[in-house]
Amino acid sequence: MSALVEINDLTKYFDIGQDQIVHAVDGVSLSINSKEVVGLVGESGSGKSTLGKAVLGLHDKTSGNVSFAGQVLPQKYRSKDFQSRAQQMQMIFQDPYSSLNPRMTVGEIIGEGLKLNKDIDAEEISQRVDHWLSLVGLSAEHKSRYPHEFSGGQRQRIGIARALILEPDFVVCDEPISALDVSVQAQVVNLLAELKESMGLTLLFIAHDLSMVRYISDRMAVMYLGGLVEVGDADDVFFDPLHPYTKTLIASNPEADPESERQRVSTTIQGEIPSPVNIPAGCRFANRCPEAMSICHGTTPTLKKPSAAMVGNESKENRRVACHLFD
Amino acid sequence: MTKPLLRVQDLHVEFATHGGTVHAVRGVSFDVKAGETLAIVGESGCGKSVTVQSLMGLIPMPPGQITKGSAELMGHDILSSKFIDGQDIRGSKVSMIFQDPMTSLNPTMNIGSQIAETLEVHRGYSRRKAFNRAIELLELTKIPEAEKRAKQYPFEFSGGMLQRAMIAMAIACEPTMLIADEPTTALDVTIQAQILDLLKDLQQETDMAIVLITHDLGVVARMADEVLVMYAGQVVEKGPVDDIFYRSAHPYTLGLRGAMPSNDPQNNQQLTAIDGSPPDLFSPPKGCGYHPRCPNAMVLCNQRAPVIESLSEQHWSRCWLHHADSEQRPQGLYFRPSAAQPNRTPEQKGTSQ
Repeated sequence: MSALVEINDLTKYFDIGQDQIVHAVDGVSLSINSKEVVGLVGESGSGKSTLGKAVLGLHDKTSGNVSFAGQVLPQKYRSKDFQSRAQQMQMIFQDPYSSLNPRMTVGEIIGEGLKLNKDIDAEEISQRVDHWLSLVGLSAEHKSRYPHEFSGGQRQRIGIARALILEPDFVVCDEPISALDVSVQAQVVNLLAELKESMGLTLLFIAHDLSMVRYISDRMAVMYLGGLVEVGDADDVFFDPLHPYTKTLIASNPEADPESERQRVSTTIQGEIPSPVNIPAGCRFANRCPEAMSICHGTTPTLKKPSAAMVGNESKENRRVACHLFD
Repeated sequence: MTKPLLRVQDLHVEFATHGGTVHAVRGVSFDVKAGETLAIVGESGCGKSVTVQSLMGLIPMPPGQITKGSAELMGHDILSSKFIDGQDIRGSKVSMIFQDPMTSLNPTMNIGSQIAETLEVHRGYSRRKAFNRAIELLELTKIPEAEKRAKQYPFEFSGGMLQRAMIAMAIACEPTMLIADEPTTALDVTIQAQILDLLKDLQQETDMAIVLITHDLGVVARMADEVLVMYAGQVVEKGPVDDIFYRSAHPYTLGLRGAMPSNDPQNNQQLTAIDGSPPDLFSPPKGCGYHPRCPNAMVLCNQRAPVIESLSEQHWSRCWLHHADSEQRPQGLYFRPSAAQPNRTPEQKGTSQ
């Protein structure tokens, strides 16, 4: 498998004035293979959405770079860059209410990408819009309606059709289901999974619902305060978390099973995610970590393969962890 | 059997709008016992929030109207105008925490004074005494540096901290019942776990009853003793938490469970989505509210509303499949439709429209 998207030491800082800088994404490296789904999890404020947007060029990169199919993407996008990349990479947004223009009809929203990027006539655009409406479970008669006439789940389908009509190779899904009801979440996730199969899509799936991320992803990456703390095959990370933060996150995830919930030992960590303005020295998680050692407060751990001494020889090929416990 | 703390019977709530009357709650009955947690589960728009808001007198009237039903809290009729206008129970005997703590608190008042206000109103405490008690309550809800924090304003608190402050406010008068409307929906899982643990600890210490509204079955499994599953303004299944999860009966409950990914490493079964969307409550369907989406719908379901069918002493479902005359019933009390037969059989098909 070859890497389609290579994120290389990517950093995105926001200057919020008064000499304060938000370290939203701080030195993230991750490669995403072609036709792979990588789930990105973490608490709010951990930088997952910023990372997704920086990869697509919706945020300028402070440093580091992203390459797509071997080609390094510009550090700062100009409008022609967006135009040239629109057919390769797209985004599905979190909020199906604010991400669709209320003054445009559904047909215009979905067809706009084709109109701007492909040299085809209105007749063909209309046909393709009809085709996509039926692919996402809506019908051609919905084309002349406006977004407010649709429910949240239907709007998210419109957002999916809009993103995929240009047949991109790579799609960033930024919490596509967190605004939806449980039964509708399953509709949208199943739709994404089907389209991914039929179109051979590569997805970066950002979410905070761990069970759902395990369900849809091949690999899972865990982010904390701007940095990746653990990456690995989704089932490995979910069922055998190594990093103390991942452990806490998985243990906090409520399970729809009363029996196992009764047996659950409380492992909640106290406190909350620190402000990304003042990043602590050393490991970012050290001040909340139940297993912190003295080295953790001074030296920043790097994301690397866990040592065989700590996890045994069956260590998985794809496993990476940023923790001094596994040095 | 001890008398229930709260008994709600056949509650109907309607809202008059320009488009017509919305039948938001259509005959909801339940009991809440002291020291127990009752979870009300359902999707947005199913009437779960309206149900508890009407009990708290928080429904704006008009346009809202409680058209039928009764609610008795420790022998008092709380739907009568006296209780709705007054503050006799609200805040002291029953208190409520909301989904979004940021918009539920007054941004121009410091946290300590907001908590203290409850005590000044209901207990007649002096301002100083109430403020000192507020600090103790913040400590009880595990807010570090409570004394300093009490003097801060809501914008200086994070979401998790604000929800703790809301809980401190809600338990200030030692209520016998706490209503929590999606208390952790806006929070991250790690913070959610902290808040749920806190609620459980407080319940053990004070023996208060908790009515927990949520759409997250994981939260239900962690917290609930009893569960009500609501759909389209009605309770479709009710029972102890184990019955709801291990012996789910109503097709909607089964649908909800099938729509959630399993955490079992062996189980990589595809999610079964519930097609369609909930019915329009301007004109609720004549038959069962769930029949247009139900994989097991029969001709009957479209025509007549199902009645409550007992499955065991405490567990019931509102579904024709469980009727004594149903052919499905002898095959096993707990009919498991969607797992066994994901597609409708031909004779069932075509009945839904």
